Amino acid sequence: MRTILYLIRKEFIQIFRDKFIGKAIFGIPIIQMLILVPAVTFEIRNVRLCIVDKDLSVESRQLISQLEGSTFFRIKASTFSEEEANHLMDKGKSDMIIQIPSGFGKDLGLGRSASLMVMANAINAVNAQLSWAYLNGVIRDYNLNIIAKNAGVAAVSGIPQIQVTNRYWYNELLNYKFYMLPGVLGILVLAIGFVLAGLNLVKEKEIGTIEQINVTPVKKYQFIIAKMVPFLLIGLVDMTVGLLFGKLIFHMPFEGNIALLFLCSSIFLVAVLGFALFLSTFSSTQQQYMFTAFFFMIVFILMSGVFTPLDSMPAWAQKINVVNPVAYVMRINRMVLLKGSAIRDISSDIYALVIIASAFTFLAVNRYRKTA
Amino acid sequence: MKRFIGFVKKEFLHIFRDFRTLIILFGIPGVQILLFGFVVSNDLKNAQVSFLDLSKDETTRKISDKICASGFFTRGKDLLSYNDIEKVLRGKATKAVVVFEKDFGKKLISQGRAVVNIVADGSEPNMATLTTNYITAIVTDYNRELAGPAASGALLVQPEVRMVYNPSLKGQFMFVPGVITLIMILICALMTSITITREKEFGTMEVLLVSPLKPYQIILGKVLPYFILSFIDVIIILILSWFVFGLPIRGSLVLLLAESMLYILMSLSLGILISTFAKNMQQAIFISLVGMMLPTVLLSGFIIPLENMPKIYDWVSALLPPRYFIVIIKNIMIKGTGFLYVWKETLILVLFIVVAIGLSIKNFKIRLE
Repeated sequence: MRTILYLIRKEFIQIFRDKFIGKAIFGIPIIQMLILVPAVTFEIRNVRLCIVDKDLSVESRQLISQLEGSTFFRIKASTFSEEEANHLMDKGKSDMIIQIPSGFGKDLGLGRSASLMVMANAINAVNAQLSWAYLNGVIRDYNLNIIAKNAGVAAVSGIPQIQVTNRYWYNELLNYKFYMLPGVLGILVLAIGFVLAGLNLVKEKEIGTIEQINVTPVKKYQFIIAKMVPFLLIGLVDMTVGLLFGKLIFHMPFEGNIALLFLCSSIFLVAVLGFALFLSTFSSTQQQYMFTAFFFMIVFILMSGVFTPLDSMPAWAQKINVVNPVAYVMRINRMVLLKGSAIRDISSDIYALVIIASAFTFLAVNRYRKTA
Repeated sequence: MKRFIGFVKKEFLHIFRDFRTLIILFGIPGVQILLFGFVVSNDLKNAQVSFLDLSKDETTRKISDKICASGFFTRGKDLLSYNDIEKVLRGKATKAVVVFEKDFGKKLISQGRAVVNIVADGSEPNMATLTTNYITAIVTDYNRELAGPAASGALLVQPEVRMVYNPSLKGQFMFVPGVITLIMILICALMTSITITREKEFGTMEVLLVSPLKPYQIILGKVLPYFILSFIDVIIILILSWFVFGLPIRGSLVLLLAESMLYILMSLSLGILISTFAKNMQQAIFISLVGMMLPTVLLSGFIIPLENMPKIYDWVSALLPPRYFIVIIKNIMIKGTGFLYVWKETLILVLFIVVAIGLSIKNFKIRLE
């Protein structure tokens, strides 16, 4: 036990001897959190419309003003030439072209159906579909107005109406910050642990100082534990600071038990550190390690469901996620912080994390060779 | 010149000697583009919806069947009371609960009005919005069928949509350009910054500095091999995205390759700049990876559309070169526009190169401290 304590002290001295790293460990995550959390939002606002009104009737103007009144759309340009409209879209200045053909007003006046041409920039398919759905909503209202005008209110109320209402639980206003903060926090802790811990061991190899440890009676497990503990503590401190900032600046709700959150994060960190040390035994230079680490980190993060829903992934990807510690911690962070989930709601995730953490740590100890 | 060629050869030997790094250099981009082309997607698929049906009549059954048959949702549990909502939403599977009020079908006929309530899990706002939007659309659709001919009059204006640039609505059109951008900047900046700081840390930089090679030749010689390797990477990625995801190259291929070279150059000069700041490899890695990866992923319009962000981020992301390159690739590959549409972005990339190299020259120390 005393050996481990001395080794841990040595690690701390080594880490903080480099002034830059000492600052970066705490500075970078916090600055990034402050900058990145408010940035992430999938909420669609200001879909830029380009209107090509070839009709110029009372009806078409009414439709345009109704679009203007909607919070989702902003009329960026009006033109009479289709070419110019296409050109604007090519330049990325408008997201949607709405073309009102001539005769639009006349058809409506005669009670016939009138057509409307819409072109949406679909490079971002999700945004295009959502904007299209919103547009349909506006047009539905517009239609109802016309029917009401033509035939009186009675005609509208005669149609059976299913009213759809909705409510969002746990995050009523759909505040994206509450969604992103637990995620970004997890990523930053991951990055710190993964990059620093692994590099630390490889650096000893590359410089040759590991030989000096190897000739001492220090046991393999003692060495690995001493490499893990400092980064575990640093990760937890980072997380505490991050949570505090989240509470003070973003008013993040803490619905669940914070102790539970820290417990899960610790297990997660052990898993990450174990994996990092395991990987580092395969690399002999920092460059090699960095590239392997970079590869796994990107895979872990993007597959974890932090930005895109897990359910949308194909079945094989969800199977891979069984060994992805980040996927578990993202879910746990969100569930505990936002939904106030208790230990029984997330017990299966915790078991899985414990298994992953012990497996990686075992592998790390096992793969580490005291011979040169 | 001969000396310089000899030096470049030495650098190539360094790279090729390290077989693992070489595999990584070419393997990572390929694997990642495949992985993310298939995995990263924002579409709604297989979201689990549970039902609290207090009415249990034909209408409610039809609506719930319709929701589950849409392909976007899978059927979760059938709940019995309001208290169950809390239980299933707190678990991890159910994303939304659809509540039919009591005597739903009867009310719809007798009063002409009935209420469906959707309770969605707001802890994933994007999912929640998509789920409620889609369910609302499905119910409205059903409503229209139900109303029959009486409602066809309600369809006075019939909008038709054409999804431009991406008619089959593939998610890859959004993500593949982003992945290319991300991988190139990280590989180039990371590789160069490490290779230069490595010489510093091992003290071999002194050996190079006392050689008759000029400092700029040393740097150029270090960067040139990575320039060539990265360019091969770009070609591999483009071929993969064309064959596997059917991503078109609608514009000029020559222009695309030229812009890619410019972008690689930019990333390399960023790497050089980092190496002049960093004292050892660890610092270089930390700056390029932790400092650059997340901002590139989040703020360049790779995953989250820039239009959606608060206004200040327009300024923040203006400082990130990937943002411009994503616009360039999307324009050339997907929109098929020419140089006239991307000259501004190109100019900005050139500007980044000039600034990065200027700062590096200013910072580069020929002597050791």
